[in-house]
Amino acid sequence: MGARRAGSPFRFVSCMELREVMGQRAMDEQRLLELIEEIPADSIYYHTHSYYLRHAYAQGLFPNDFATWVTLHAHDRVLGEQLGILDPFEFDGIEQLRGEILAIMSEHLSHIKTLPRATTGEPFEFMRSHVIEADLGLETWTLREFRDALAHVEVGAIYNHVCEARLRKGRLSGDFADWLSAEDGLGLQELAARVAKVGCLGVSLEGIREQIVRLCDRELAAR
Amino acid sequence: MRAMLEQYREVAPRGTVEFLRQLGQRVEGKRMLHVNSTRQGGGVAEILQRLVPLLEELGVKTRWEVMTGSDLFYRTTKSFHNALQGTKQRITAEMYEAYLECNRENAKRLDLEADVAMIHDPQPAALIEARPEGSTWIWRCHIDVSTPQRSVWHFLRPYLVRYDAAIVSLPKFAQRLPIPQFLVYPSIDPLSDKNRDLTPEEVDQILARLGVPRDKPILLQVSRFDRFKDPVGVVEAYRLVKKSHDCRLVLAGGTATDDPEGAEVLAEVQEAAGADSNVHLLLLPPTANLEINALQQAATIVFQKSTREGFGLTVAEALWKGKPVIGGETGGITVQIIPGATGYTVNSPEGAAFYAKRLLNEPDRMAAMGRQGKEYARHRFLITRHLQDYLGLMIHLG
Repeated sequence: MGARRAGSPFRFVSCMELREVMGQRAMDEQRLLELIEEIPADSIYYHTHSYYLRHAYAQGLFPNDFATWVTLHAHDRVLGEQLGILDPFEFDGIEQLRGEILAIMSEHLSHIKTLPRATTGEPFEFMRSHVIEADLGLETWTLREFRDALAHVEVGAIYNHVCEARLRKGRLSGDFADWLSAEDGLGLQELAARVAKVGCLGVSLEGIREQIVRLCDRELAAR
Repeated sequence: MRAMLEQYREVAPRGTVEFLRQLGQRVEGKRMLHVNSTRQGGGVAEILQRLVPLLEELGVKTRWEVMTGSDLFYRTTKSFHNALQGTKQRITAEMYEAYLECNRENAKRLDLEADVAMIHDPQPAALIEARPEGSTWIWRCHIDVSTPQRSVWHFLRPYLVRYDAAIVSLPKFAQRLPIPQFLVYPSIDPLSDKNRDLTPEEVDQILARLGVPRDKPILLQVSRFDRFKDPVGVVEAYRLVKKSHDCRLVLAGGTATDDPEGAEVLAEVQEAAGADSNVHLLLLPPTANLEINALQQAATIVFQKSTREGFGLTVAEALWKGKPVIGGETGGITVQIIPGATGYTVNSPEGAAFYAKRLLNEPDRMAAMGRQGKEYARHRFLITRHLQDYLGLMIHLG
């Protein structure tokens, strides 16, 4: 089983994000809510998903920028925690996520008497990113090759094949799991199912890499 | 030439060199031009000295042109620099004219032919008037223009809006412009004298030369003697730490010959330090890269307790040396310090002292934070990431 050679290889494609400043900023939570309602979906994506690429190694306070800003700059820990728990992997699309953020913020703001503002003077700056892909020219045909390549590949490839694939391209299991399970891939259904579950709130890209490498190692050891 | 990029393989995040080569293939053969106002001295020249050969190695035909100008031009652009960073300046009609005249003369003298031209800072900004047909021009702003003196900004704005894009170092530095504005953080070169690994013997020798004993923990701040860097606040923080921990404080800063306020601030710091033999005030020349490096490597905790800051690359330098950093909650310091993970951001000497004491009490936490900080700097603030951003921008703008 483990020595199986795939019908078609897995090709690693890495990516980087080019960040664009949108020139829109909020100094208080009401303005933040209004702008979250108006801005393009790309910007919501950047502030809730690109986090993984920007914090590939170390983890910040919360895994989305809205939660971090309201906590650190508006000193609103309650709203920070409510937004911080949102797991981008649990939403089918950006608009669904945007709706949830707006619902949480509206509910919160309706219950407080004083509008939290950026007391540190640091506004929330809306950004968006342009993802630029580069094929690494790295092909793997067996589980061993895949595991070894994954262990050393540039971290943008993890983001591309897990986060971008699942969250922006609609390949809900991610590219690694798709290839591992595919008939012209390795046909490893159980491993693929476990790999598809990797990547959730609180795990960095390096953490995702380590978990998938470990799953591959277990599979290889079981042969 | 190939060897230069390879040198970064050991220090950059894994796979970076291969990724850069793949990005390079997408812009191979393109002609890129950088224009600034000095080949030596200052952060822009320092980074270009390294970036230009790296871009060349990746197949981008890269040239670097430097403006020349009269004394009046340089006095004018120094005033522009201060005005754009929010310090009120008096700029005469004659100065504005000298700026434009110098740009016109340089436009005739310099070869501006390129597919992509990156024009650094305000000095050469008006070269856009001589932009050759069919090229992409980018204004790379390295300074904080978040609260500019409006008269100077209004003078420059008609030139800036003719660019295809601008690059800023922090989102808050972006101004209202009808062109896309991209975010590219500055970077440090891990192989330079300021950041390369030193042997313990080298560190010992340099600190001995500087007269700083290594007999107790060292708290360090590297910065100009400038009120915005709050050196007096650092001395206050040290005094609070000293009540419970025997340590030294080193304040290492430039001589800042063009800054009359510097001497005043230094005098205030000397007064605050008094006769305490555990406080070391070091006046270092701008070329003291190895000395700065050794001090950062020898430090136990690094402060950057600014009350106002541009990007503050000294934070990235300290993170790269595996040191926890306690920094003011301002400017670029807030993107370099992840509170509780790579250091702490603070708003007072008391806050700085509190976290310094906590770290001194918990060496394991301090070591873990140092490791996290180093990895964070590796991913976010090395020159390889800077190179990646420029290649990405070239690809995006076509």
